[in-house]
Amino acid sequence: MLMTEDQQKVRPPTPVVIPRTEVPQKKVSGPPGSSTPAISVRDLSVYFGANQVLKRVNLDVPAQAVTAIIGPSGCGKSTFLRAINRMHDLVPSARIEGRIQLFGEDIHGDHLEPVQVRRRVGMVFQKSNPFPTMSIADNVTVGLRLNGLRKNSVLAERMEQALVMAALWDEVKDRLSSPAVSLSGGQQQRLCIARALAVQPEVLLMDEPASALDPLATARIEDLILELKRDYTIIIVTHNMQQAARISDDTAFFYLGELIEFGTTSKLFTSPSKKQTEDYVTGRFG
Amino acid sequence: MQNNCHLRRKLINGLMQVITCLCSLMVVVPLCLVFYHVLKSGIGSINWAFFTQLPKPVGETGGGMANAIVGTFELLGLASLIGVPIGILGGIFLSEYGSIRLNWGIRFGADVLNGVPSIIWGMVVYALVVLPQHRFSALAGGIVLGMIMIPLIMRTTEEVLRLVPNGYREAALALGIAQWRTILQIVVRTALKGIVTGVLLALARVAGETAPLLFTALGNRYWNHHLSDPIAALPLQIFNYAISPYEDWHRQAWAGALVLLLFVAIVNVSVRVLTRDKFAQTR
Repeated sequence: MLMTEDQQKVRPPTPVVIPRTEVPQKKVSGPPGSSTPAISVRDLSVYFGANQVLKRVNLDVPAQAVTAIIGPSGCGKSTFLRAINRMHDLVPSARIEGRIQLFGEDIHGDHLEPVQVRRRVGMVFQKSNPFPTMSIADNVTVGLRLNGLRKNSVLAERMEQALVMAALWDEVKDRLSSPAVSLSGGQQQRLCIARALAVQPEVLLMDEPASALDPLATARIEDLILELKRDYTIIIVTHNMQQAARISDDTAFFYLGELIEFGTTSKLFTSPSKKQTEDYVTGRFG
Repeated sequence: MQNNCHLRRKLINGLMQVITCLCSLMVVVPLCLVFYHVLKSGIGSINWAFFTQLPKPVGETGGGMANAIVGTFELLGLASLIGVPIGILGGIFLSEYGSIRLNWGIRFGADVLNGVPSIIWGMVVYALVVLPQHRFSALAGGIVLGMIMIPLIMRTTEEVLRLVPNGYREAALALGIAQWRTILQIVVRTALKGIVTGVLLALARVAGETAPLLFTALGNRYWNHHLSDPIAALPLQIFNYAISPYEDWHRQAWAGALVLLLFVAIVNVSVRVLTRDKFAQTR
């Protein structure tokens, strides 16, 4: 059950009172059957100034699967996502504690620059943001070009590849040099996905990628995500619980900066082990 | 009673409207008067010779301001070499880097500099460049105009860069593009029209500066052949001719004023056209 923003504001933030001790402070084990995790998060806390937004989160994200992150507004979903590709480095007041490993490598390690992490962990934002000064083709290849790839034949090949994967090729192949902003909203978002795919990341982070789109465009993005998980590890933040149920293999429920529950999507939605999760997925709050 | 209040409120509102309207008209009326007067007095002396010939000695009629027109463009070119890169890079720093306190200080400094009377700039460059070199020069004139341009361009660049939505910066950085490349090739490129606008307006502003040139470029009745020699400039020539006792020079001064005014007007109009285009593109 999805609540609108207004309903969330009207309701008190914590209708269900849960003793603190119930909150998992230690490791939450990954879903059964998972092999090496793509991303392993240990004791992750994120502060903005004095405000602690994420509280000791432990989570193993399985590779080549879709992991959904759900929770009410302000619970730290986006903050968690942005910690994975070190976007918080841009915010002077942000402070990060804990460890995040990307296929076994510490992303805060000495040998890894934020730029290198971001090349391996792509991101798609809530609001589609193709570069307005560039054509459709240039938007897709910009990540490659500005990272030093110059060869036109390679660029053209990777562009087509990315656009095909993003299910946009057939719609734009005859107008590659038109401005990117001439596309429709849904197409723009798929263009942004193609742009992220063109640099061939290992992980794709998606921050409510379909929340600004109509149902038809949303369905296309969802199909696309299901296609992409064959090659990519995808973490998607969503407000839409049906969407999480439709496309994800595993789901993590965040509440007030804490990871409340993490498990296979079917289990989390049908028989959650925590009362808070059950209340949220059944629409009793949030 | 209630009705009375209502009437009073309407009256005050009407009065307010009239006063503010009159005040805003006071901006436009002098502009029209200036334009009309300069046009009327200057148009008669504008001819081919004015643009192609050097000034004639006192007593001889005819001649033109070719050296001053070329000199003004030379000075603007020199000023741009200094003012444009430093101004734009400084604006980039203010918008994209730095800390809140440091940037507050720099911004405050730039705003103060923007308010410094231009004659003071002239005296500073006189002391820093002219005195050590023992000569007035085109170089000193270019430096002083460039220094006036720096804070102007810096602030406008900062303002337009801050208008670029953060989503574009994040999108570029999330692709693993280095920050300096993101700034130069995404952020600056997105705001390019605004930056060009700022540069053009700064050029239009310094094109008419006279006082600082009195201390630096000095003026020249002949062609300038070297940057270390004094150079003619339209505002200087207008000034020298206007304070002279000769009727013929007065007419030439009017013509020079008209040319300068037209140049500034053309720059301003092209800026309007540029910005209109920009709004059309961003929907």
